[in-house]
Amino acid sequence: MSAAPQTTSALDEHGVPDTTRTSLLRFATAGSVDDGKSTLVGRLLHDTKSILADAYEAVERVSKERGSEEVDLALLTDGLRAEREQGITIDVAYRYFSTPRRTFILADCPGHVQYTRNTVTGASTADALVVLIDARYGVVEQTKRHLAVAALLRVPHVIIAVNKIDLLDYASGPFRSISQHVQSHAESLGLPNVICVPVSALNGDNVAERSENTPWYEGPTVLDILETVPSIDQGADAFAAAHRHGVVHPTAADAVAEEGGWRLPVQLVLRPQDAAVSEEYREYRGYAGQVAEGTIRVGDEVVVQPSGKRTTVAGIDTATGSLDEAHTGQSVSVRLADEVDIARGDMLSSAPDAAAASKTFHAHVAWLTDRPLRVRDRVLVQHGSAVVQAMVTSIDGILDISLPGGTLDSSIAKGTELQLNDIGVVSLQLAQPLAVEDYGTHRRTGAFCLLDPQDGNTLAAGTARAQVPGSGDETYISI
Amino acid sequence: MSDEEHVTTETPTPARLSTLDSLEAEGIHIIREAVGTARKPVLLFSGGKDSVVVLHLATKAFWPGKVPFELLHVDTGHNFDEVLEFRDRTVEKLGLRLQVAKVQDYIDDGRLRERPDGTRNPLQTVPLLDAIAEHKYDVVFGGARRDEEKARAKERVVSLRDEFGAWDPRNQRPELWNLYNPRHLPGQHVRVFPLSNWTELDVWRYIEAEGIELPPLYYAHEREVFQRDGMWLTPHASVRVKDTDVIETRTVRYRTVGDASCTGAVESPAASIQDVIAEVASTRITERGATRADDRLSEAAMEDRKKEGYF
Repeated sequence: MSAAPQTTSALDEHGVPDTTRTSLLRFATAGSVDDGKSTLVGRLLHDTKSILADAYEAVERVSKERGSEEVDLALLTDGLRAEREQGITIDVAYRYFSTPRRTFILADCPGHVQYTRNTVTGASTADALVVLIDARYGVVEQTKRHLAVAALLRVPHVIIAVNKIDLLDYASGPFRSISQHVQSHAESLGLPNVICVPVSALNGDNVAERSENTPWYEGPTVLDILETVPSIDQGADAFAAAHRHGVVHPTAADAVAEEGGWRLPVQLVLRPQDAAVSEEYREYRGYAGQVAEGTIRVGDEVVVQPSGKRTTVAGIDTATGSLDEAHTGQSVSVRLADEVDIARGDMLSSAPDAAAASKTFHAHVAWLTDRPLRVRDRVLVQHGSAVVQAMVTSIDGILDISLPGGTLDSSIAKGTELQLNDIGVVSLQLAQPLAVEDYGTHRRTGAFCLLDPQDGNTLAAGTARAQVPGSGDETYISI
Repeated sequence: MSDEEHVTTETPTPARLSTLDSLEAEGIHIIREAVGTARKPVLLFSGGKDSVVVLHLATKAFWPGKVPFELLHVDTGHNFDEVLEFRDRTVEKLGLRLQVAKVQDYIDDGRLRERPDGTRNPLQTVPLLDAIAEHKYDVVFGGARRDEEKARAKERVVSLRDEFGAWDPRNQRPELWNLYNPRHLPGQHVRVFPLSNWTELDVWRYIEAEGIELPPLYYAHEREVFQRDGMWLTPHASVRVKDTDVIETRTVRYRTVGDASCTGAVESPAASIQDVIAEVASTRITERGATRADDRLSEAAMEDRKKEGYF
């Protein structure tokens, strides 16, 4: 397939964005009830000419049937019967659109606190999160909750769309004070890349088009930002380059990426034998997986976790040919120089900075299910391609977003159980060791889910933090 | 950082992976992950372009081994001959096993009754669920995409189905990062949609980039058709042609390939992949809106079918 995607305009001969050349950005939108999120989404889709005629006509017809004068763009994304009946968004709706510069996957997340678990779903894969604020009301509790979710998941870029500025006569004062409030709150959460944009989703100001109503604002439009921020898949070079251009603050992830460290959770051992596509591959043995981070090169020294065995990369294969190197996000099959006992659930990592496997770790978890989590509860930890039994050994605190100021760590209140939508700090004991790493430096290998061992349901989103809290190694603020 | 400091419209370093590269890698990851946990996976394969692309991804996911699961087609009995021929040839070429669940069998022995409007799409659900139960499939791959329809836009990549095959849209599991959760209780199964994040245009660009063969129906050809509800239907054995229907020869192609009784053709001169890409890119009508009578029944037609266990 294609090799050299561009972030400048990539149109084919028909003037259509050429997805074999453009890059992909995943972003999520979140807001509280009635702050105009669906209108903003509708505006983005409308101004990028992403709404097809019959879909628009259907929305127009339904809006009219309900006696509304205006076309309700929220109907475009509210796909479930209950959502349309109640006029609310319950679950994440995925939308797809493209501009000449980029292709977008938009996870439109519900605003209501009751559906925080769906916001977490949408934000977990996002390269950027757009948070809506109603300019008339400023930062509200849901804003703090969304910023806390962004901090928990370390969404690389947060865009604050300060909406409905038309209702404040496009005055700069309210925007500036909201910006300051957001920035100080974001800083305390350890969110480095937060940009505020004054918008009117209804009129299209600073959404896709630069507004003449805000001459005091010289920053980019929402779409400008989305078109230019690096995506997670773009890996080390993009982050380093963006950093040089002052787009992002340096993070530990950049440092590791620049050192060339890589991770590959093993999904399957490919040993075709009788099922080989041709006789020459009968004895083939490769370890299939998607590169979680970094660049794997042939000849790299490898550590296999949790066994700790060492070997080297003998080859990197795909169905369309062998590669000298594989980058973050690529699905490949890796051959190793030595016969090592490796199974699904193991993780290959570069030797110089190899991940360490452990049977205990600390983490922040967003608890996403109705029944509470208590100490000594038994759960399953899903990490990479591994699923391991675990027990909660302590609940060290619960985030109280109403506590003023300070870091998230200082906003942790005492508690003995986590309720639905709580974010807490927990310690886990594993039945088998896993190479769980600090989420702040290893986004993929620091992420995990908790599952119910009985019915298999997903209970929580977890982000691991560096070992031994309180030992003075908390210089990077994993929230 | 204030907004003034943060002005950057400068172009960042080019991405290493294009949109299509990312979508392909994600699709392969999803397929491998589901197979890694499955006892008996199966791919719903109709010979339509989306299921053809999923099968293509599967061949890449397990290379240099063969695709390690069988295929299942729910045959409404109203399928286009060209598509069935293509289906059988593809299965043969890849050395796979195909199971066919026939709606006709159910109608013949009275378990299902023909609908007054003659369409058999909604009748596929029961044979599908019976086949899943009979063969004890626990992971069922499908080619559905979120951009097809607004209920599908809300469905997870890995979607839990209960004993009745039903989707419960209000109680979906959180789906976090790329950690997919196919766990389920006995009797339940999961549907897995590796093309969730692909658009119709992505599918066509990929078909072009990978040189994937499709049934000839997808490209412009002359065909006897008549107009009904704004769609061009073909006077197939399954379609009740009325005296008032005017049959004429037009140059058409199909954007989707399904049950002939309710799948419409569009007038189109697009005879090559490149022509189709140009046409899809400039179209102003959604894929299902243009070609699927069953989705026009109501605002929630697809949601209702999915709750009953449909694809």
